[in-house]
Amino acid sequence: MVVTELDDEAVDEVFRALGDATRRDILQRCVAEEPSVSRLAEGYPMSFAAVQKHVAVLERAGLVTKRRRGREQLVRTDREAVGRAREALDQLEAAWRERVARMSELLEQVPQPEETNPRRGRDR
Amino acid sequence: MSVTSIDKDLERLTLTLVADFDAPAERVWQLWADPRQLERWWGPPSHPATVEEHDLTPGGNVTYFMTGPEGERHRGWWRVSSVDPPRSLEFTDGFADEDGNPISDMPTSTVRVEFGEHDGGTRMEMRSTFDSREQMEELIKMGAEQGLQEAVGQMDALLAD
Repeated sequence: MVVTELDDEAVDEVFRALGDATRRDILQRCVAEEPSVSRLAEGYPMSFAAVQKHVAVLERAGLVTKRRRGREQLVRTDREAVGRAREALDQLEAAWRERVARMSELLEQVPQPEETNPRRGRDR
Repeated sequence: MSVTSIDKDLERLTLTLVADFDAPAERVWQLWADPRQLERWWGPPSHPATVEEHDLTPGGNVTYFMTGPEGERHRGWWRVSSVDPPRSLEFTDGFADEDGNPISDMPTSTVRVEFGEHDGGTRMEMRSTFDSREQMEELIKMGAEQGLQEAVGQMDALLAD
């Protein structure tokens, strides 16, 4: 197998973290400011403990960081993590755009498919 | 023709690309199903691909290597999870070591491709998802090293001909 159990867990965590509307909202709120968990909790129709749990899920997925200030816990979205995701997807986009361009070119070059593969040339 | 839309989902680490081709689905399918055609578009011009194993059946493997300018080989593999010619294909794409064995701590992504009729041609929808954030970050480092930008330049030159 390719994907180890640990990898599976990491995948699960990111996806679990973002599969929830409240967590996505928390992520957005903590980009510009660094609210405490208690202040965050005021904005949602749920208990402090429930909001704290959502924050913990986001933290495990590496999307927010938490730090203490006195008795408060301040939450901030890891903008770098978000930026790196953008970079990776940009790279992937560039790679696939090139691939599609090459596919288009091939479709123009190569005549209609033959039923049998050519015998000559590079056989594996 | 070619790419008609791109969507990048930063939260789900997913790229969705829609491309329209002026050819029947059967023909576009051959670009994936015929290893000799696959190797003509999978790798960038600076790193052409050579496909070795090519078994497009559920559980089947595709193995390939890409040859760099200095003759160095980068090996990769697909593990096919579902296939429905000429309608859809889904596989995991990853890196392999020199002997072709999958490297577990290297990035993998799940790719799903669907083909449908559109405007007398074929619409291809490709969705690629990084399997984990850690692996995605590993890929960023590698991408920078491999000089993807350079490859883009070469592609443009090729298209200008």
